[in-house]
Amino acid sequence: MSNFWSGWVIVISLANILGCVWLIWWASKPKQGEAAKGDVTGHTWDDDLQELNNPMPRWWLWLFYITIVFGLVYLAVYPGYGAYKGTFGWSQTGQYEQEMKQANDVYGPIFAGYAKQDADTLVNNKMAMDSGRRLFLTYCSTCHGSDAGGSQGYPNLSDNDWLYGGKAEQIKTSILDGRRGAMPAFAHLGAQGIEEVANHVMTLSGRKADATKAAAGKATFAAQCVACHGADGKGNIYIGAPNLTDKTWLYGSTKRHIMDSVEKGRNGVMPAHRDFLGEDKVHLLSAYIYSLSK
Amino acid sequence: MENETTYNYRVVRQFSVMTVVWGIVGMLVGVIIAAELVWPSMSFDLPWLHFGRLRPLHTNAVIFAFGGSALFATSYYVVQRTCQARLFGGKLAEFTFWGWTLVILLAAITLPLGYTSGKEYAELEWPIDILIAVVWVSYAVVFFGTIMRRTTPHIYVANWFFGAFIITVAILHIVNSAAMPVSMMKSYSAYSGTIDAMVQWWYGHNAVGFFLTAGFLGIMYYFVPKQAGRPVFSYRLSVVHFWALISTYMWAGPHHLHYSTLPDWAQSVGMAFSLILLAPSWGGMINGIMTLSGAWHKLRTDPILRFLIVSLSFYGMSTFEGPMMSIKTVNALSHFTDWTIGHVHSGALGWVALVTIGAMYMLIPKVFGKEGMYSTRLIEQHFWIATIGIVLYIASMWVSGIMQGLMWRAVNSDGTLTYSFVESLARMYPYYTIRLVGGLLFFIGMLIMAYNVYKTIAGHQSDEPAVQTA
Repeated sequence: MSNFWSGWVIVISLANILGCVWLIWWASKPKQGEAAKGDVTGHTWDDDLQELNNPMPRWWLWLFYITIVFGLVYLAVYPGYGAYKGTFGWSQTGQYEQEMKQANDVYGPIFAGYAKQDADTLVNNKMAMDSGRRLFLTYCSTCHGSDAGGSQGYPNLSDNDWLYGGKAEQIKTSILDGRRGAMPAFAHLGAQGIEEVANHVMTLSGRKADATKAAAGKATFAAQCVACHGADGKGNIYIGAPNLTDKTWLYGSTKRHIMDSVEKGRNGVMPAHRDFLGEDKVHLLSAYIYSLSK
Repeated sequence: MENETTYNYRVVRQFSVMTVVWGIVGMLVGVIIAAELVWPSMSFDLPWLHFGRLRPLHTNAVIFAFGGSALFATSYYVVQRTCQARLFGGKLAEFTFWGWTLVILLAAITLPLGYTSGKEYAELEWPIDILIAVVWVSYAVVFFGTIMRRTTPHIYVANWFFGAFIITVAILHIVNSAAMPVSMMKSYSAYSGTIDAMVQWWYGHNAVGFFLTAGFLGIMYYFVPKQAGRPVFSYRLSVVHFWALISTYMWAGPHHLHYSTLPDWAQSVGMAFSLILLAPSWGGMINGIMTLSGAWHKLRTDPILRFLIVSLSFYGMSTFEGPMMSIKTVNALSHFTDWTIGHVHSGALGWVALVTIGAMYMLIPKVFGKEGMYSTRLIEQHFWIATIGIVLYIASMWVSGIMQGLMWRAVNSDGTLTYSFVESLARMYPYYTIRLVGGLLFFIGMLIMAYNVYKTIAGHQSDEPAVQTA
């Protein structure tokens, strides 16, 4: 904040507060020729509306003065008068950092201890799994659901199907650094081409489909899709390309859903948690998620 | 009607009737969304019945349609009576009624369809915002034009409050709604990031401070002394609390942005001024309640006066609660919880709606040339059903809000959160049900009022013994 704006804030906030004090003083003064205390002021509106010349209640004035003094002091000890930081040296960032440090000092060792154990050990430690579940409910359930069952676009973490691999280390990588599951759009295949390839995709998991269209789609699939989904359609965990031969459908299993995926593409985003949660907590979290599909 | 040529009562009548109508509509939408929170499937997967679209409809309908119509009606009546002058700009006053009604109808159509600028209490899109600005400036011309042609030497205190409310709301609305249109129904705010948030809450809190506080204090300053038949308690107090209130309110907005990207100094200033605001706010309550000195017995027989005085009690309660919630440590618990909802409704139902209802029961017979309301017994019933409704509403939200705040911050011995969000949500069901009952009771009270108003206007005579009003 520049000196000008700092001065501006100080001047107008003080002027307002001290103006209230002046106002009380001014209004308390007896005025020349006014009505006696407790009498009507002598003005009348609308036949019978009048005002009494009563003093302001003393207790109310005390309340006013106390809040004014509190306000003036508060603004001096906390940041308030423009750029002046206040005598307490408090800032909300400082408070946050201090609270986080305190929490890390107390709770950090617990998670550091878990981080030294591998996932197979942790899954048998009830206390560790309870902590992991609570972390999951706080940080993961918004997208993946309280039961980890996922929903359209958000993978089910409680089954044995894994886009990026289901080993504890692979899960940990997904959480630490996030994932981007990008399926490009194939609108250029045209409505017919898209329907054909969708019919073929349905046959990969043994579902009924229009045989003629599926046959036509097979060639398109070989030309356009195998690079990611593989010649057998079993996907590729290194780029998160889904296995198309199973019964798990992240974006829906109907022909309509599949055609949508082909035409418009899909962009799944798992955010990175390395900086946010730290490696120790992610380690425990990945062990917990690993335990769900065991 | 004898005053018909002296005063313009037509526009007052129009706004008075619409106050009751919009009150029913706005509160019905409130009851529906309260029910959706108990039974989420009640939106039937229809986008225009979704909570996210109906909630702004509810807030706009109760604040701007119900509250706004009440403010137009009472300010037009009060300014004429206390200035002893006919309303300025006959056609212009008529335009404010039709213009405001059009704004409300457009809101009722566009909000469920999903058109929104995304700014709380300022959701309407830019073409409607322009219409609001035009109507509002016309309102200012009519109001201040009438003040200018007054035949009384002094401006009555109620008009200070109405005047401050009209000027400030014009500034707030125009500054906060500044936007760059990209199409007929889509625009982007003229501000970005934290500045946008600060402008929004400067607007948002002053909408509370000027629309829902200063304006309704204007109502209080006319209708309480009139109905009580007593002089206003203290002229000095009204001077001090008026200037202190309108100057201090301007600073309080940042308390909506505690622990955010807003710079620390702005947060501190917002909190300090919110606390200083306590006494100026209470000044209005004291002046209203103390006006009853020597006339307390009237509360026993006059349910209209009871509406007015109980509204001041709720006003005092919520203007105490507000500064407390603006303290950072309290706010760290209360922010984002139902406590806020409870706080808002103790102000909105307890203060704004009750003072409006009391004023309408007094005003409607006057401007329709009747002796009094059709049935005092129905006013009595309305009073009790509304008060019980408010108590159920705010008590359930206090409990659920504080429970949420405590559940969200509870941690286990390993530092993990004790409760997931959905666990705290599941615990809310009983309180959401109680809130629904409270809201429903308040809504039923409005239906009783509508019946009573209809009978009054239609000129039916009740067989009850006549009760004296004012």
